[in-house]
Amino acid sequence: MDFAYTSEQTQLNDSLRRWLEKEYSFDARKQIIKSAEGVSSAAWQGLVDLGLCALPLPEEAGGFGGNAFDMLGVMQEIGRGLVIEPYFATISAARYLQLAGGHSALLERVALGEIKLACALHERQARHELHNISTRYEKSAEGYRVTGAKTVVLHGAQADYLIVSARNNEDQRATSGIALFVVPTAEVASIEYRTIDGMRGADVIFKDLTVPTSALLQENAWELLDAGNDYAISLLCSEAVGVMQALHATTLDYVKTRQQFGAPIGKSQVLQHRLAEMYMHIEQAQSMAMLAAMKLNAENASERRRVVSAAKAKIGIAAKYVGQQAVQLHGGIGVTDELQAAHYFKRLTMLEISLGDVDHHLARFIAQPDFANTAG
Amino acid sequence: MDLQYSAQEGAFRSAVKAFLAANLPADLSAKVKQHKRLNKEDYLRWHKIMHKQGWVAPGWPKEYGGADLSPIERHILEEECALAGTPTILPFGINMVAPVIMAFGNPQQKEYYLPRILSGEDWWCQGYSEPGAGSDLASLKTRAERIQTEDGQFYLVNGQKTWTTLAQHADMIFCLVRTDSGVRKQEGISFLLIDMHSPGITVRPIYMLDEEHEVNEVFFDNVKVPVANLVGEENRGWTYAKYLLGHERTGIAVIGRYKLELSCLKAVALQQQKNGQALLHDPVFAQKVALLEIELMALEVTMLRTISASDHAPGPQASLLKIKGTELQQAIFELQLEAVGPYGLPFEPEYLDGALAHTKTAEDEAAPFAATYLNFRKASIYGGSNEIQRNIISQMILGL
Repeated sequence: MDFAYTSEQTQLNDSLRRWLEKEYSFDARKQIIKSAEGVSSAAWQGLVDLGLCALPLPEEAGGFGGNAFDMLGVMQEIGRGLVIEPYFATISAARYLQLAGGHSALLERVALGEIKLACALHERQARHELHNISTRYEKSAEGYRVTGAKTVVLHGAQADYLIVSARNNEDQRATSGIALFVVPTAEVASIEYRTIDGMRGADVIFKDLTVPTSALLQENAWELLDAGNDYAISLLCSEAVGVMQALHATTLDYVKTRQQFGAPIGKSQVLQHRLAEMYMHIEQAQSMAMLAAMKLNAENASERRRVVSAAKAKIGIAAKYVGQQAVQLHGGIGVTDELQAAHYFKRLTMLEISLGDVDHHLARFIAQPDFANTAG
Repeated sequence: MDLQYSAQEGAFRSAVKAFLAANLPADLSAKVKQHKRLNKEDYLRWHKIMHKQGWVAPGWPKEYGGADLSPIERHILEEECALAGTPTILPFGINMVAPVIMAFGNPQQKEYYLPRILSGEDWWCQGYSEPGAGSDLASLKTRAERIQTEDGQFYLVNGQKTWTTLAQHADMIFCLVRTDSGVRKQEGISFLLIDMHSPGITVRPIYMLDEEHEVNEVFFDNVKVPVANLVGEENRGWTYAKYLLGHERTGIAVIGRYKLELSCLKAVALQQQKNGQALLHDPVFAQKVALLEIELMALEVTMLRTISASDHAPGPQASLLKIKGTELQQAIFELQLEAVGPYGLPFEPEYLDGALAHTKTAEDEAAPFAATYLNFRKASIYGGSNEIQRNIISQMILGL
């Protein structure tokens, strides 16, 4: 048993952190948020040059074949750096292509950083239920015809391709009849907007969109969709841990320097215990992020679902606690948009409601057969 | 990063399971799993079985007769024992006084006491807390004065210890005593080993909320203790005590025991009905159980992270394990009680003691839950209260 990063992992995490500190300052990030594009091509190139796009991709596609533990460290740094580039969107979308097999030409371009991807998997009526899909597909002369709409597609308008879920049966909540496609964004209409944590989202509409047979990832793809989504959740979990660690560190610095009643406010036992509580939340969250990374490839899919949902729920609770308390400990400045800590809080808040909130994942955890198993 | 147990550790786990299957008496594990009260014989019986196997002191070095297991192996042994329903090996001798004797005792003390601790010949108890010294342990007042008699040099001990667990069975007590009251309070303390059969010692029971005789007050009235029973140097006892506390906290998050209790909770909640279905399938109750199970998953990994990062004492990180472990334990007991609904009320100590085979309500399973819940409010108070642990985290880890 070994919970330490390898020297290669440490080296990459450190380079990423140094690069973010130097090239991706809080002010630089503000400018990107305000820009028309909402993302920075220079920053993207920086991430590509560090090898981050190639990292999780298979070697056949020019990737480094990195595992979930490699991504754990990288996503923590992405969180610490409050990165708003379409890295998470691209990497999680690439996972579906990888799990489906084939599509190596596309994956090679992802590894080189030439294209960006996004996941168009959520619909208005679905809330967090991934198999609640009204978008339809049917066979056509040229391939498939897709009709429907997806909502809150993270970086949907910045991506070159979208991973899209659609079904060919009537039962909107069935796990059967679901297919995944990869669709060029150039061919779909999208309505773009900002997200409150500094990113971009989009609603995308497919109106009798015709795609070639090669656009199909898989039919009857529920297991694939569920597994890919669990991968994305584990990335978010790691990112959240990075955000929480950074937020806790900056809050600690603040209470050690902020003077009231002639002493640093960190001398107050009430505040000390609060910070200790935050620390324990983060340590437990870190443990769950590690466990989720470990179980991503569990032979038993139910075990994967159980652990990933446990992690997302635990981390969601921690994110809320750490975020809210950090703002409270900062006082008035904590509720302004001027402070980096407040932006960590925003990101944590959005992480909690992305890809299933605490209630969703507790219910999914309970629904796994192991929950009623009393054998221990 | 590799979160799997090694093949060697897996083999060790199998060996432990096989040993338990062959050697753990069924009546003993039944008693533990049914949350019945254990008596002195129960503890000693299991102690001797583990001693025969060479596992009673898993962390001790081989030269003292220990098993010298790695931290991960110790965890595996502890976990399998807990899951199988063994009585605990009481920590006072094996995990508390013995490490202090090994680190700071003289050769005669090691030679005399350690084998007797190992075999269970001496039952030890801990003389730390006093009526006026709880979390603020260093303000203890029990005095020990050096006197010269015809028989040699002695300490004359006067004062009172309290919360002394199972002192009614004890042959020996290790005590923090004040040997110098003219200096800073931490500097005048010594570490004494005292024979509980000495004249002048009185043990008075304190009954817990479940009416169990678990802790005591121990009074010292001119008790003569040979100077040979001083561990290390006079007035250095605080250093030894802190060393011991590091060891004590390590054993507080016992993952296997929480797993067993969580399974018990689920089993009960599957039997109990609410609105015509099993309580475990009630969405509100299920969510409470799920939160505890997830907490346990996190705690297990945090515990493994802590012990694999350090060879021996885990340092201030142990405070996190103590807080989270005891909170979880208390929360599980709370839900067990909640699960049995009105059957939490009937109290039948005769059943818990084993004098009666069944409860009058015929709800045998429900009988211990209220008692256990009430009793275990102690967990966030003992071993350094959870507030003290938060102080340790804020000072030692967060630098506040």
